[in-house]
Amino acid sequence: MEVTSDGHIHELVDGIYRAESRRMLATLIRLLGDFEIAEEAMHDAFAAAIEQWEIVGVPHNPRSWLISAGRFKAIDALRRGARFDAVNSGHIEQLVAESSDPTDRMDDAVEDDQLRLVFTCCHPALAEDARIALTLREVCGLTTEEIARAYLTSPPTLAQRIVRAKGKIRDARIPYQVPSKDDLPERLDAVLHVIYLVFNEGYSASSGAALTRPDLSCEAIRLGRLVMDLLPEPEVAGLLALMLLHESRRLARTSIEGDLILLEDQDRSAWNRNLITEGVGLVERALAGGHFGSYTIQAAISAVHAEAPSAPETDWAQIVALYDLLLQAAPSPVVELNRAVAVAMRDGPVAGLALVEAILARGDLKEYHLAHAARADLCRRLGKADDAKKSYTRALYLTTQTPERRYLEKRLGELNSE
Amino acid sequence: MKYLCLIYSDESQWRTMPKEEMGKMSADYFAFTEGIIRSGNFIAGNPLQPTNTATTVRVRNGKLSATDGPFAETKEQLGGYYLIDAKDLNHAIQIAAKIPGSLVGSIEVRPIQEMEMPQPK
Repeated sequence: MEVTSDGHIHELVDGIYRAESRRMLATLIRLLGDFEIAEEAMHDAFAAAIEQWEIVGVPHNPRSWLISAGRFKAIDALRRGARFDAVNSGHIEQLVAESSDPTDRMDDAVEDDQLRLVFTCCHPALAEDARIALTLREVCGLTTEEIARAYLTSPPTLAQRIVRAKGKIRDARIPYQVPSKDDLPERLDAVLHVIYLVFNEGYSASSGAALTRPDLSCEAIRLGRLVMDLLPEPEVAGLLALMLLHESRRLARTSIEGDLILLEDQDRSAWNRNLITEGVGLVERALAGGHFGSYTIQAAISAVHAEAPSAPETDWAQIVALYDLLLQAAPSPVVELNRAVAVAMRDGPVAGLALVEAILARGDLKEYHLAHAARADLCRRLGKADDAKKSYTRALYLTTQTPERRYLEKRLGELNSE
Repeated sequence: MKYLCLIYSDESQWRTMPKEEMGKMSADYFAFTEGIIRSGNFIAGNPLQPTNTATTVRVRNGKLSATDGPFAETKEQLGGYYLIDAKDLNHAIQIAAKIPGSLVGSIEVRPIQEMEMPQPK
């Protein structure tokens, strides 16, 4: 055992905390069966490490030591608390019996524990906003304040949401388990959905001044990488690719003033080539995997854009073909709209406009500002100024995002000054 | 752990359902019930008569009121229940998903509050 000086112990323990605390928490949650108890146990264990390693030196396997310490402290605390509660003491003895040496399967267990935690936090029986809050808190380690700020709610509201979610896990007995093979496809969908929601919230903030909130997108990508490490299924690769490819365009998407720059007008030299390379690689991997789905197809569309050296060189025929696939995998009016825009690029604005108007005539997407923006744009390209103005106005009425409003106002201004 | 599975569906379907379909539903319920008895998960279960046979009882300020009908008008009505014993929520969900009513209606799965209650001897 090494004996090092005081300052070094603190640094070492801090380093371990930063690198490992999330994974250790996942294991403690499995061993102790409760979020709160596990969190307290972890803090106690780290405090004990700082005290004791100074004296006895750093153990060979610091992680095992910490997990053991956490477990013992928790069981001690539960025993002390349970002195007058007969119901609880049975539970404690069960905990002691069940978790006999946790250090044995330590390394495999850690990965499984994280995956278990992700699946539990994203369980469909929890409300969607609760899943997001719980995942960001327990898996990503964001504080309640950070999450509240990101979602523009107050910390007490968010804290309540998390408390209720943990309550439901406990009271309805949602187990800490990686789902069985039969349940896996749907449960994995739930996980990917949460990750995608977090990414989208960061990529295109639903209202307010800034177009993007980078921290959330980074968390989502980190989560995506984690799940990819633990469960390299094609759709996981597809979602990660989609996020990386969107992220690769972050700097080019807004001007210095915070204005929205359309894909066709973006400075492609500002695109992050490393992210594109990684994203494209993942798309290819996902497509080769066979049973891919809508995330992979969306990523493939994004990859076609990413690989075009300039906007006019975009392979729109490929994109339309991919949208045809996407319509089969995940039919929706929004996908139809995006396909219509692609058709306009491949076949000209008349064809595209016919498709957009068909969607609106059906009654779909009437309140979706991008549908009206698309219609406006196509009308403008065809010289139908009045129709374009009407649609830009409608789109403006329907969006609260400042950069998008600025873009629409600019277009409207251009038409009005003709 | 015990869970109550409450089976909700649109009652009016039953009135318009052809005889063979009714027969198939009954047979499916029979098979499902037998299945969970065999697996040891069944505690209790019954279909209920339709909501036009319901009476809602309230006692306020010492006064009894018994009114015709279910406690609330809803789009889907309570038609039956199963009380099951399951390992955890995932297990309960798996069982509930096999209840024939899940195909046409909704099954609410609610954990029983574990507390000391009198039991028949």
